[in-house]
Amino acid sequence: MEFKDYYKVLGVARNASQDDIKKAYRKLARKYHPDVSKEHDAENRFKEVAEAYEALGDPEKRAAYDQLGSGWRTGQDFQPPPGWHGGGAGRTHAHEFTAGDAAQFSEFFESLFGRGRGGFASFADSDHDASSMGSDHHARIAIDLEDAFHGATRQLSLREPKFDASGRVTMQERILSVRIPPGVRSGQHIRLAGQGEPGRGGQRGDLYLEVVLNPHPLYRVDGKDLHLTLPVAPWEAALGGEVEVPTPAGTVSMKVPANSANGRRLRLKGRGLPGTPAGDLYAELQIAWPPAHSEKARELYRTMAREMAFNPRKAMGA
Amino acid sequence: MRHSELTGTLLGEQGVMTLAQVCRVCRVREETIVELVAEGITEPAGTEQGQWWFDPTGARRLHIAIRLQRDLGVNPAGAALALDLMEEIDRLAVRVQRG
Repeated sequence: MEFKDYYKVLGVARNASQDDIKKAYRKLARKYHPDVSKEHDAENRFKEVAEAYEALGDPEKRAAYDQLGSGWRTGQDFQPPPGWHGGGAGRTHAHEFTAGDAAQFSEFFESLFGRGRGGFASFADSDHDASSMGSDHHARIAIDLEDAFHGATRQLSLREPKFDASGRVTMQERILSVRIPPGVRSGQHIRLAGQGEPGRGGQRGDLYLEVVLNPHPLYRVDGKDLHLTLPVAPWEAALGGEVEVPTPAGTVSMKVPANSANGRRLRLKGRGLPGTPAGDLYAELQIAWPPAHSEKARELYRTMAREMAFNPRKAMGA
Repeated sequence: MRHSELTGTLLGEQGVMTLAQVCRVCRVREETIVELVAEGITEPAGTEQGQWWFDPTGARRLHIAIRLQRDLGVNPAGAALALDLMEEIDRLAVRVQRG
């Protein structure tokens, strides 16, 4: 497995105080939290930061990690030294707030500290007897708008405990193939009964898969509706007419009323995400001006200026 | 190795989720949801707590609020403010899209 330099992840020196570590974590947590962040790859960065804080924020774990010494570099091939036993394996320390979604720590972390639960009081644990019945597994999957529109099948890789005959636990990888139905909204959950984590008794909880839509270059998604900024020519806005509008299902023809102002929103009913009812597509008109790059273009503009007696600043008294 | 394709249940597809469903998906107790509703994060349908229904947008706001509390140490009032600000940012973002 690969070594992780947790000090580097948090951007602190090896002799940083616990306060400095906490401050660094909070700042990075705010920056990369998936619900808030616009950063590239925010979710993985957040998990990385959360894991680093789980290791360094607890003095016991930090002391154990420091024993590995400063000679290791991130990505380097690593095995725990012989006779290693992690600091506070399975026990977690009290944060003021816990670091991230229920404990999917890396192999590196688990090899050092065992498989704790990240201090997060799971709702599922309180109602299920986690030792025999298994618990719910929550995972997230990012898809493109096109997948949400047409539906898709996605492979999912989950890590879960495996119990051997003597009750010892190892982590194993499990691959699932999941159907994403068309019309799924961002943030919606798919419940796969009986596909969660197994308990000692072999029974599994449920798998809750949260679907998240990747940002799209053209459309902003709002529930089932799509929003689009649509460039139109000045004559299309002034005179009205039919314009071609892109939609996920292909281009459609839309009528622009005459004398449409910049920013006017027009609705294409039923052209959003599919469903009962289907969402709508809203096109906000943005007038785009032909550049005055040629003498002919400049002459046309001069004609307009001459013939149209138009002062857009009249109401301002200018 | 081919894995057989699994099809699950899309939650909230009928347009509503129950309090119990929201609790299970968000992995919190009912009291947590009650507190967030009191803060105005979302307005469930139904008069009594036992009859509460949440629309998908409201359920999503609750889930985000819970994650902000859990991961960033925000309290319910701060979570409500953060949600409102994030929605405002989304609205503004589309306006500057083709700046």
